[in-house]
Amino acid sequence: MNILTAEHITKNFTGHRALDDVSIAVPRGKVYGLLGPNGAGKTTLIRIINHITAPDSGTVTFDGHTLTAADVAQIGYLPEERGLYKKMKVGEQALFFARLKGMPKAEAEQGLRLWFERLEITDWWDKKIEELSKGMAQKVQFIVTVLHRPKLLIFDEPFSGFDPINANILKREILKLRDEGATVIFSTHNMGSVEELCDEITLINRSRNILSGNVHELRKTYGGNNFELTYVGSPDALTAAVSPVASSFSLGGIDRDGRASAQVSLNSPDDLRTLISAANEAVSLKGFHQLLPSMDSIFISAVEASNNTYEPQTENTSEQ
Amino acid sequence: MNSPLSIIISREYLERVKRKSFIITTLLVPLLMIICMVAPALFMLLGDDEQRNIAVIDDTAQIAQLLRDTDDIRFTTLDNGNLDAARADDDYDAILAIGARAIDNPEGAITLYTRGAASMNTDTEVTSQLNRAIEDIRLRAYNIDNIRQILKEVEADVTLSTVRIDTSEDTETSSILSYFLGLIMDMLLYMFILIYGQIVMNSIIEEKNNRVLEIVVSSVKPMILMMGKIIGVGLVAITQILIWAVIAGAASGWLLPFLSSSTDVSSEPAVAAAIQQLSDTGYVASLFVYMILFFVGGYFFYSSIYAAIGSAVDNIQDAGQLSSVATIPVVIGIIASMSIIQNPNTALAFWLSVIPFTSPMAMMSRLPFGVPVWETILSLTLLYASFIFMIWLCGKIYRVGIFMYGKKPTFVELMRWARYK
Repeated sequence: MNILTAEHITKNFTGHRALDDVSIAVPRGKVYGLLGPNGAGKTTLIRIINHITAPDSGTVTFDGHTLTAADVAQIGYLPEERGLYKKMKVGEQALFFARLKGMPKAEAEQGLRLWFERLEITDWWDKKIEELSKGMAQKVQFIVTVLHRPKLLIFDEPFSGFDPINANILKREILKLRDEGATVIFSTHNMGSVEELCDEITLINRSRNILSGNVHELRKTYGGNNFELTYVGSPDALTAAVSPVASSFSLGGIDRDGRASAQVSLNSPDDLRTLISAANEAVSLKGFHQLLPSMDSIFISAVEASNNTYEPQTENTSEQ
Repeated sequence: MNSPLSIIISREYLERVKRKSFIITTLLVPLLMIICMVAPALFMLLGDDEQRNIAVIDDTAQIAQLLRDTDDIRFTTLDNGNLDAARADDDYDAILAIGARAIDNPEGAITLYTRGAASMNTDTEVTSQLNRAIEDIRLRAYNIDNIRQILKEVEADVTLSTVRIDTSEDTETSSILSYFLGLIMDMLLYMFILIYGQIVMNSIIEEKNNRVLEIVVSSVKPMILMMGKIIGVGLVAITQILIWAVIAGAASGWLLPFLSSSTDVSSEPAVAAAIQQLSDTGYVASLFVYMILFFVGGYFFYSSIYAAIGSAVDNIQDAGQLSSVATIPVVIGIIASMSIIQNPNTALAFWLSVIPFTSPMAMMSRLPFGVPVWETILSLTLLYASFIFMIWLCGKIYRVGIFMYGKKPTFVELMRWARYK
């Protein structure tokens, strides 16, 4: 069952369509990647989900009913542009935001103490935000986002500004929250972390949804024709054998055990059997597996394909 | 204490009141005021305590003997009457030369030669003594017995008591009190709106720059946020004014007897009427309540305009131009109420006190003179309704303004934003 669905969302700003008939369905208890180039409309969609702005048309359903202002208490939002009151003390500030989300003061304070211990920042309680470094402030922002135990968490570029150690701590915490039952919408340009964290994704380009689905399935579909072979034998014989069915072919190095590798892209998936038998006859085949493309290359090829399909838009810059 | 509105109000209030700048201005301003009040008195006490020695050369031989020494001036009559000799003598600070025709025609007949500039005090004192002396001499020439007695009997001292007949009961009013009350309240309101309205505006701009707003707005409605800010800042203002009032009260309790011990103010008839009016508790209570309502309403209305401006721009420089939209009506209101205060019952006064942009100022001027109840209620209703409307509009603009960084909106664009969903 989906915790959140957005159907046929369209949103216009003066002379600029930020979202054009975008639909997403976020399954409960998963990490859902919301991807897209800069200015594609991700932030606008997130703001609609957060009830900050309303769509011109389309509906958003949360937990089985139409999204209302009251539902935002069930949502935790970490915006890309981080925002905290600079002159306010860390603890007071976190309490303020927790109470705005409807948490009783005592409960919020207890929860905060736990989180501060978990992220090892207990001695920051009485510091002002302006005394903290950017990364430190981000930790506080993260706690503010998750403290009220929302059902749905929205992270917009959560790792920017973090060193690898802290980024890992954060990844661990995000997965932990998912395992505890929260659903996470994760917006980023960092495709490495998408492969690591996301179960499903949606790719938005130029205000339109161009690709959705399970990360694993997508990689399989996109990489259907790429394979790696390990073999012992003559590279020339292999080349001769596979070239009739391969659209591209490249030879790799030889490892310590004397096994060489080669990468093959097929003209058509139907040629798989031919490839295996031809290769097997030419050389002694030791290994054979499908190569999954990185999310990076899926992202790039999908965006480029959609850019070539659609008419370029007249104005596409004013969204932040 | 757990509604979003009260959480926002308390944050806004506590964060401001705890700031060092708040504590410093709150204490420094009254200190400056006290210094300004005390300094002139202090200088007077310290400065001119020397008696000035004035030589008098009196060709009429009648005036000099009527001049009386005071704390500041000692007159020395020179019998031989040589001006040049007197001028050469350093003992005299000034020489008063009275010509022979001074009694019949003093114009141009009397001259005061001074070393250094003549002080204002000396000048006034000498002139008034000369006038009295010459009048005395002239009166004596008529040879009337008991002339002093007669003059005293002739003197009239009128106190006009004004009574309003258009209200249900005849109430005695003091126009001087009403005048000053209206004037003071107008000025207070003017300062209050300009200073604290801008604080509301800046606080919203600051939040936009910090990007805090996106988090706040994903938790509460913009209208609640605006309302919370306006009320929070308003409470800060009230706190500051109360502290000042306490300090002013304490200071005047200590200073006033010291400054004005000699003059008994209450013997002035106008002041007596004012005091009498102030002891009419019904009048004072209703006036107080209405003034507070207009004061608060005026602040609410204007700060919601400032809030709308703050939500439309990203920095204080850009706000300057738009904020004149709010400042100009305030200034017009103040200027108009200066004329209303002279004449509180004109048609202009009525219309200005109905339009929400000017009604708080206009009503401040008119209320002490008495305003029909229906007019007051109409004016208040319009004012508060416009405030609610402005807050709503401002919430709309705010929601759109979030998306617009780095672009200065025009007034027309703002109106278009307000229509967005």
